Amino acid sequence: MNDGLHLWLIPVLPLVGFVLNGLLGRRSPKALVSTIALVFSAAPFLLVLHVYTSFSALSLPYIERHTSWIATSTFHADFAFALDQLTLVMLLVVTGVGFLIHIYSVGYMAHEEGYWRFFAYLNLFMFFMLTLVLAENFLLMFVGWEGVGLASYLLIGFYFKKHSAVRAGMKAFVVNRIGDFGFLLAMFLLIIHFGTLSFIEVGSQIAQHPDWHGGVLTAIALLLVLGATGKSAQIPLYVWLPDAMEGPTPVSALIHAATMVTAGVYMVVRTHALFDRAPLALSVVAVIGAATAFFAATVGILQTDIKRVLAYSTISQLGYMFLACGAAAYSAAIFHLVTHAFFKALLFLAAGSVIHAVGGEQDMRLMGGLRRYIPVTFWTMTMAVFAISAFPPFAGFFSKDAILAEVFRSPNGGPLLWAVGIVTAAITSFYMFRLWYMTFFGHLRLQRETANHVALPVALDDELLATEHSTNGQHAHGHPHGHSIHESPRSMLVPLVLLAVLSVAGGWIGIPHSLGGSDRFARFLDPVTHGTGVPASFEQVSIAMRTGAPIPTTEPPSKPEDPQTERMLSGCSVLAALLGLLLADTLYRRKPQLPARMAAGSRALYGLVVNKYWIDEIYGFLIVKPLLIISRYILWGGVDRGVIGGGARVLAGGTQGVGAVLRRIQSGNIRSYAGWLAIGAAAILLLAFFGFGAHLHMGVR
Amino acid sequence: MVVPIAYYLVLSAILFSIGVAAFLIKRNIITVFMSIELMLNAVNLTFVAFAHQWHQVSGQIFVFFVMVVAAAEAAVGLAIIIAIFRARNTLNVDQVNLMKL
Repeated sequence: MNDGLHLWLIPVLPLVGFVLNGLLGRRSPKALVSTIALVFSAAPFLLVLHVYTSFSALSLPYIERHTSWIATSTFHADFAFALDQLTLVMLLVVTGVGFLIHIYSVGYMAHEEGYWRFFAYLNLFMFFMLTLVLAENFLLMFVGWEGVGLASYLLIGFYFKKHSAVRAGMKAFVVNRIGDFGFLLAMFLLIIHFGTLSFIEVGSQIAQHPDWHGGVLTAIALLLVLGATGKSAQIPLYVWLPDAMEGPTPVSALIHAATMVTAGVYMVVRTHALFDRAPLALSVVAVIGAATAFFAATVGILQTDIKRVLAYSTISQLGYMFLACGAAAYSAAIFHLVTHAFFKALLFLAAGSVIHAVGGEQDMRLMGGLRRYIPVTFWTMTMAVFAISAFPPFAGFFSKDAILAEVFRSPNGGPLLWAVGIVTAAITSFYMFRLWYMTFFGHLRLQRETANHVALPVALDDELLATEHSTNGQHAHGHPHGHSIHESPRSMLVPLVLLAVLSVAGGWIGIPHSLGGSDRFARFLDPVTHGTGVPASFEQVSIAMRTGAPIPTTEPPSKPEDPQTERMLSGCSVLAALLGLLLADTLYRRKPQLPARMAAGSRALYGLVVNKYWIDEIYGFLIVKPLLIISRYILWGGVDRGVIGGGARVLAGGTQGVGAVLRRIQSGNIRSYAGWLAIGAAAILLLAFFGFGAHLHMGVR
Repeated sequence: MVVPIAYYLVLSAILFSIGVAAFLIKRNIITVFMSIELMLNAVNLTFVAFAHQWHQVSGQIFVFFVMVVAAAEAAVGLAIIIAIFRARNTLNVDQVNLMKL
């Protein structure tokens, strides 16, 4: 069955790296730690490349079954990995971007405490992410799903001496738990309804029953959506992602931008057979996606922390992917996932390079003019900014365009959602160029001991700056005294350049017909996103799975195309991007006083947005506080301390009291023992004569 | 002449009660010890009386066992008493109360 592809090695290799570094890393030199980490993240990438080269010869989906995990008479789950076009794309992204970020981390984390811990966790994350992607059933996917959550928690709280980082890690974990709860319930429903958790078997059962619509399928799909909103930071569970920026920047790039947060999108696409029969769930996904995209983009406008801007833009872009999923444009969603992985990883890594350059400062108000000091970072980031703002021919243009076109066309989407998407695109372009201008243009506002730079008066006085720096400065590589702005080491620049190339050219794999391309990416994914995953019939599948024959699939349906409209839509998105660029140019380059005046002009709106619509506070008031109150005063104070603890205390106290009385009997006075003995004997005699005796007589008579 | 068994039993009960009373009242360990012997012998008397009454030899045999045990007990007990006396220079039971709370 396993003809030498050995898919299992792909996730297991990083696990080996994790174990080695986790057990031995503390006592190893840094060079050894980074070598282990790099080798065990490069190896899966090479393996995936090997799979890629032999891909066309495979019969898809290629299933690798290892051992049985759970086997009962009615239900079984295996340790099984599946490979199809979708998996391959995800594998390439995860291992490729993951490897680049590993390289970057070597330079970025060079001066950090707990170097070995960082790389151990990073490898652990790779293991779980690859398990998630390769899993052939929901259960194994759930293992990866939980595992990436764990790795994310560990890495957000990496600076565990910093209170806010610990809290952020906890928040991410708890919020994700809510989503996982949905995922779990969906799995239970699947077991009850389908009797299996295998993607292929569920798909084939659905394909076999064309009459199944809505009902349980909708319930399952909606629960899965709940899980996806948790992991992919969508409304209503997005709140953990901005706080997750407390983690080291490579972590933000890898986990909270490129890979883990896209797991929800991947899951929806992977299980699209369910969603296709649950139009309600699809609409929910589309609306959630559009709302999140718009909402997060508006919040992104006023954020001043460079990483938080990127965090909100990640949420927003994930919203696009959800919107695409909701419009049943799965290949467009995955396309955007891929290009987003490139340019968002690049944005984070470049932001990390900026932060590194200015000694740990993250506040964009204190940056500016950096393009002269860190040119490589500037140019690579420029590529990413143009990519995310969807200028042709950068990567983001094609994927966002694909999404918007599909949304416009889809019955679940329509012009309204399209309009939301296009407005969001303009906002995206605006806040990204705002970041770009604030960071790289104008004058350096960072007033430090750096006397060799022209220091302009700063809005914040020095003392305030110092305190803010000490609270913000999580990076040990900030040498605040005598720090001069410098370009990052080569190990950080190489990944930047590679990702910049991908951010430019990554989109060319999916140039649509309307723009003279051949839509290769969508066609490549077609078997997964349309036909297969949903093979011809259940019997054929089970036979094929037993014999190892190729699994028969239905033909993908062809879809109507209208190049004229699509070209027009593309034009609109380019216009939107340009609009954003011009607005940012006006506000942040030509008239830098204007934003402050505008903020003063509409104080209410400004307050609302700058405080992120008070969502954290509302959640805190409506959910967290009541939960805490119930927990503290009812569950802990009442039930735990009162009932359970009280019961135990009563028992203990009672025993103690009885013991205090009884121990008087054991006086150590021999004659009193003898006296008790005599009384006892006398009592027994009396009982024998008058008690038992009487009964005995009665009984005889 | 046949002595009715009740006589034996009453005598035995009196002896036993004297033993118990002495055991409880007396403070000297040797006296206490003697009262134990008295109780044992009261029981022995009962055994013998019943053995004679029912013409069964097992009661007689039991008495021998009791005597053997009593002899062993006397030996061990006297040794303990001597040891206590050496250690504490008293034979008053009430003063042998190290185990008391």
